[in-house]
Amino acid sequence: MARVRDDMGDTRWGRLQRWLREGDDSLDRAMIAVWDESAEPEPEPVFTVPPARPEQKKKNQKHTAKLEKLLRVFSVIAAVLLCVGIIGILLHTTALLPSFGREDNPVHNEVPRRYIEKGMNEDTGAVNIVAGMILDYRAFDTLGESNVLFVAVCTVMILLRLQAGDPDERLGSDTRDRLIEPHSDPILQVIARVLIPLILIFGAYVILNGHISPGGGFSGGAIMGAALILHMLAFGEKQTARFFSYRTYRAVSVCALGFYALAKAYSFFTGANHLPSIITIGTPGRIFSAGLIPYLNIAVGLVVCCTMYALFSLFRKGEL
Amino acid sequence: MQILMILLLAAVLICALCVAFTKNLLAAAVVFMTQSLALSVVWLLLESPDLGITEAAVGAGVDSLLLFATLKRIRAIDSDARENRKREEEQDGTRS
Repeated sequence: MARVRDDMGDTRWGRLQRWLREGDDSLDRAMIAVWDESAEPEPEPVFTVPPARPEQKKKNQKHTAKLEKLLRVFSVIAAVLLCVGIIGILLHTTALLPSFGREDNPVHNEVPRRYIEKGMNEDTGAVNIVAGMILDYRAFDTLGESNVLFVAVCTVMILLRLQAGDPDERLGSDTRDRLIEPHSDPILQVIARVLIPLILIFGAYVILNGHISPGGGFSGGAIMGAALILHMLAFGEKQTARFFSYRTYRAVSVCALGFYALAKAYSFFTGANHLPSIITIGTPGRIFSAGLIPYLNIAVGLVVCCTMYALFSLFRKGEL
Repeated sequence: MQILMILLLAAVLICALCVAFTKNLLAAAVVFMTQSLALSVVWLLLESPDLGITEAAVGAGVDSLLLFATLKRIRAIDSDARENRKREEEQDGTRS
């Protein structure tokens, strides 16, 4: 027995048995030794690369250059093949689509029929079917879009807004632009004085007529936002800040989004429970018709307008 | 009408290719603006004026303004101008 134990003395099994039987601490010691080794910084390996002979060096360089060239050619070929493959797959899929405007296309089911036949007269009262769809049948989508814009501005604000105590050296030319207002053109100012009211009126027209003619909150809001941006470019941000500041943005956005959510909550609640609603669709074609759609258009337009201006302002000078 | 449509679609395609292959970022932004404008007329011809208005306002208007602001922010416009100036100076140097 003792002989066997001696044989196994150095193997792992033997050490484990000894450790179990008599509390031998050799395993612990070994582990501690391993721990210490790993804790110590390993000594720098002192390999010395044998100096290659010059012709071999040249050969190596030639070899690597050839390999690099081969790899580059291969990557180009692979990229072209990938592109052609994807284009082919997409074109093939497009060719398999049913042709445009055929009667028996799968999109022509009962849903668009309902939208087209009953949308104007019974359900929404909007002459512009698109507005009826995006602000009545699919109002949740539009709420999501407006919130996406709001979240985008919040993100840009987190990333780009300058705090009051920020060191100015960090930004170089941006700070110069921010502090020293570039002197703008008299031509631009004269043109802007004529154009801005027109653009604003056109934007308001597009928003308010969104349920009658093509247009709506999103496009009208973008037009009005462009007018605000033009005002800032022509007259400087100090003039614009007189009527549009961070507090204006916050108040307008929150009020518009809150109004949208509350109004649609009311209409969904009454609609889903078949309760009588105080919102009537009115006479199609009038400005004050189509139930909630004009007011929702105004809300969306305000959010989009403020968002466009806020994004541009934050990108340009890091504050609102 | 068909000819106008074909011309506009060709303009859209050419502009899109130009955007992809232009080295100068500012020029790419301007060409992108042009492409949006042509595309908005295409939407009008396809009888979807809603999309046309939105494309003109967002794609050609606000989007390119934001692109310009971004280029300014990442100093691409300044560096482009500087490179052009450097190139011109080099050319002047070789000429003289």
